[in-house]
Amino acid sequence: MSVWVVCEHRNGALREVTYELLAHGAALCMGAVTAVILAGPGEGEALAALINGKAERTLLVEDPSMSAFNGTAQALALASLAEGAQEPPKAILGAHSAAGMDWAPTLAGKLSCPAVTDAVALSMEGDSLTATRVVYGGKLQSKIKLGGAKMVIATIRPGSLEDEPKAASVETSIEATSVSLPSELGKRFIAWVEEAAGDVDISQADILVSVGRGIQDKENIDVAEALAEALGATVSCSRPVVDMNWLPKERQVGISGKTVKPKVYIALGISGAFQHATAMKDSAMIIAVNKDPKAPIFQIAHYGIVGDLFKVAPALTAAVRAAKG
Amino acid sequence: MKIAVFVKHVPDVAEADLEVAADGRTLKGAGLPFEMNEWDRFALEEAVLIKDEVGGDLTAFLIGDEAAEESLRRCLAVGADRAVRLWDEALSGANPFEIAAAMRGAVGDDNYDLILCGAQSSDYGYGMGGPLLAEALGINSVALVNKMKVEGSKVLVTRELEGGWGEEVEVNLPAVISIQTGINEPRYVSILGIKKARKKPIDVLDGAGVDLSSEGGKLVVESLQAPPLGEGAEFLEGSPEEVAERCLALLKEAGGVL
Repeated sequence: MSVWVVCEHRNGALREVTYELLAHGAALCMGAVTAVILAGPGEGEALAALINGKAERTLLVEDPSMSAFNGTAQALALASLAEGAQEPPKAILGAHSAAGMDWAPTLAGKLSCPAVTDAVALSMEGDSLTATRVVYGGKLQSKIKLGGAKMVIATIRPGSLEDEPKAASVETSIEATSVSLPSELGKRFIAWVEEAAGDVDISQADILVSVGRGIQDKENIDVAEALAEALGATVSCSRPVVDMNWLPKERQVGISGKTVKPKVYIALGISGAFQHATAMKDSAMIIAVNKDPKAPIFQIAHYGIVGDLFKVAPALTAAVRAAKG
Repeated sequence: MKIAVFVKHVPDVAEADLEVAADGRTLKGAGLPFEMNEWDRFALEEAVLIKDEVGGDLTAFLIGDEAAEESLRRCLAVGADRAVRLWDEALSGANPFEIAAAMRGAVGDDNYDLILCGAQSSDYGYGMGGPLLAEALGINSVALVNKMKVEGSKVLVTRELEGGWGEEVEVNLPAVISIQTGINEPRYVSILGIKKARKKPIDVLDGAGVDLSSEGGKLVVESLQAPPLGEGAEFLEGSPEEVAERCLALLKEAGGVL
């Protein structure tokens, strides 16, 4: 049985999640992993070198349409490779990332095969792949069986492997191949867009006072700012606060914002959705205040306070001020 | 321009105690508040903004039962010209492939230039509806869009990437665009506005035109349960002042920051 891993790369480097995917794949098929690299002309060799030893085989396609990410091109290429393979893959694995959210469902549509996205664990039982997914805002977990299909697709949540990926000791064979893609793909990459640098770099702060949806209103951010001022901390936030334009994007902790590792992270009214949690869970001390005792943030916080942030935060502000004299 | 938007009616689980039904596979929805999926609110607003800018008509679609119509009323209240709801009991507990088949069935033979939907839903979060619909229709799709502008027969979008980056992509119409939150500021809808929208008709379709037999639908929910809990936080209890004193002590001892 073979498992294909779609390697994710950007600007000539493999993204961290690719190594996780290779380890996930190896666990499923006892090592018979094929790494698939879709890259622009001249980019493939360097990327393939990074895979060496971590897969049994690397399938390398260099095509001008792959010089920048194009989900349509990637889905068409993978469909063509999978359908044309002597030994078709049992499972095609990718990352649940900005790229994976674009190409994977498209590929599932093209191949008309079962797919799950955002799996946090995969297992093979007999001939069927079973995926574990986290649903309903992290409050429940669902197991989905992809049964009875020749081929399945699964994308995996980055960072969901507990253990460090094991390095295989195999020499990877490289198989260069090509795919025939239509000249008009219907969409074209135009440019990278980099977020404008702001005045504040939250990733440099020792203490972050971070607010989430529970802050309820723009005016209420004063509560966090008062605490931050007393502590000598910086104010950061989770995604909904930026979506509402209550704080600028540069303050956002999360996958699409900044990853932070302060000495102290105080989460006020943050539920702790994965996109946020993964970017702050390595903070040395996490204190969370939330009304909902079942909020996922309490799973990663060191200290939890179930209560009203509008009472707890001002009390803490007063205590800090008093202590500092 | 013919514009469509798909919205979903989902349970608000933010402060709810969730219970799994006796079958061990589905959520007990009774008693939970329901609302329009957060991503779809942004997709709806974007659809209305585009309609206002380039002209045309906007049809709002929803796959759901009668109780879900509230989200369609909201669409009508903010500027949708027409609303279509498709439902069939066979869609109860449907997986993303079945939902996409229903979406395809609801669109029917109407050729929309632009179809918007949320990038994912807050309940199951597969994020597959938009791209699968596009494949079923044989048109372009682009996912996770946080900025867009229609330019003639094309649309210039920015896809949100990790770490504050984005990528600008030009897409030929017709296309399905999956919208990320934060792309705009969804307008406030008054209760009066929604009440007024009650007078507008909603077209109701059954599942007669929906093919649920696709190979892609072979997903079987084996279980739904509470996630395994880790050690979790040590909870601090007491009055706000007592809790604040404990926090202060922790910050001094372990945090090393005061």
